[in-house]
Amino acid sequence: MKPVESEVESPEVKLTQIRLKSKLRRPGTPVVVGLIFVFLLLYFIAIAYPLFWMVINSFKNTADIFNDSWGLPKEWLFSNYATAWQQGVSSYFINSVIITVGTCLLTVLISALCAFGLTRFQIKGGKFLLLFVSAGLMFSPQSSLIPLYELIQQMGIFDTHWALILTFTAYRIPLTVLLIRSFFLSIPKELEESAYLDGATTLDVFGRIFLPMSKPILFTGVILTAYYAWNEFLFSLIFIQTEAVKPITSGLLVFKDALNTNWGVLMAGLVISALPLIVVFMLMQKYFVRGLADGSVKG
Amino acid sequence: MRRTRIIPLLYIAPALLMLSLFVYYPLVRNLVNGFYEWNPFTLDRSFVSIENYTRLFKDPVFYTVLKNNLFYAVISVVLQVGLGLVIAAILEDKLFRRFSTFFRTSFFIPVLISMTVIGILFSFIYNPEVGLLNSFLRAIGLGEWAEGWLGNPKTAIFAVIFVSQWQSIGYAVMLFVLAVQKVPGELYEAATIDGAGKLRTFFSITVPQVKEMTFVLLIYTVTGSFLVFSEVYVLTSGGPANSSQVFSTYLYQKAFIDSEPGFASSIANVILGITLIFYFVQNKVLKTGEE
Repeated sequence: MKPVESEVESPEVKLTQIRLKSKLRRPGTPVVVGLIFVFLLLYFIAIAYPLFWMVINSFKNTADIFNDSWGLPKEWLFSNYATAWQQGVSSYFINSVIITVGTCLLTVLISALCAFGLTRFQIKGGKFLLLFVSAGLMFSPQSSLIPLYELIQQMGIFDTHWALILTFTAYRIPLTVLLIRSFFLSIPKELEESAYLDGATTLDVFGRIFLPMSKPILFTGVILTAYYAWNEFLFSLIFIQTEAVKPITSGLLVFKDALNTNWGVLMAGLVISALPLIVVFMLMQKYFVRGLADGSVKG
Repeated sequence: MRRTRIIPLLYIAPALLMLSLFVYYPLVRNLVNGFYEWNPFTLDRSFVSIENYTRLFKDPVFYTVLKNNLFYAVISVVLQVGLGLVIAAILEDKLFRRFSTFFRTSFFIPVLISMTVIGILFSFIYNPEVGLLNSFLRAIGLGEWAEGWLGNPKTAIFAVIFVSQWQSIGYAVMLFVLAVQKVPGELYEAATIDGAGKLRTFFSITVPQVKEMTFVLLIYTVTGSFLVFSEVYVLTSGGPANSSQVFSTYLYQKAFIDSEPGFASSIANVILGITLIFYFVQNKVLKTGEE
């Protein structure tokens, strides 16, 4: 418990330390701090070990996983990754990328247009329209699932990327509109007034003034949407039956059943699927966390 | 402000169209469908009045589902909202602050991994013979506690709930850390000067100051617990013998496996009712909170 002692000795806390002498000298305190630290470490191990185990076992063959699942691989089978990639994960991966990119672009574009319309014009029934959009937040996909399934078949987009891109977009619009709207409300009117005086159209104002100014919030919208689209499972499972079109989330289940006994390759497939978001998170943690916080409060 | 009539509507139209087509139309259609039963293959459709609902309320599985979702909600609230706040407060305490980033980032990693990956990973961990959990129990001499966690109707739902907690506590911790960081530092200094201990400070400063975030997470967690699908589907598909069935998996089972879409529609409407109640409570409380 070195760090704890040094913290107590540090000069900034000396003043309060004097005032709190009795509290700090209370015999139980270092023990409690130690116990809390042990708790944090145990929780860390509970989170990290399963993930570490997944990575380690992705380099083993099935017999090794069975006989010695705790140990390091006797022989590091990097080939598991190549096998997993070739036996289906590459196709799921590409489908997930297409669906995620499509959903992000469509969601942010439609939401930004809508937020512009709602904040920059006096529309009859504007309040009702805002309510119509934001009330979408209250309805879970479950409650609409069966009619949505039929609708998608009638539209002829069942078993295509569009089935997911369009439904994901629809369910992400309410939150994204609210996010972008609150940013647009903070943009001063003078900016657009002078542009209109110079003869700009509303589309010019939207494309040349509002979009460039709102990059951070649009980026937050993209991150939140990507997080959702990459991990969504319910629609992915139901609206896509053909293996070649499936994204990672539902595809991995097919992959699991097909491999059945080849556990090392399956683990490699899991690692490949988990990596992209973790990497994105590490690269832009700040935006990600702020986005989640904004999103949670709006939701 | 421009006063043209058509142009503003053109900006809003795509969003309205998407929402009407993919959110509102299916929702209304499902309310109607709850009064019908039909065969998805021949499309013979007959009006059955409230029969789907009377059947549902007599269905013993419905009560298993209700109980499982309640377990889900209670455990998630205690561990994600309760423990999540405690962990966040510990990490932001000056004794632990230097480790804060490390811990909260590691706790957050599972949030980023899709439930399919986590579900498949935990089906290995729960494996009765070679799974990590049982070999760990045997290694520390608790071999008789070893179980077929997912295959036993008594433990299956709790094994699934545990996986959800494993994934989601880090999310609550992250949001609570952000909320605790916004609490004015003077409040803590004042408490220290007044001689308040850590526990006292936690309850009389941290808890009231992060009230809003607590409430947001509370609604998020409870609603999420009643909508949970992926982890149950991947780990047990509601089995064995419906013992770990929840609303969403039961809906899926009835609609897409047992081909009883009318009955499934009534389940979907019950889900809708429950989520709407939570949202109205949220609106009420948030409004009274503002006054």
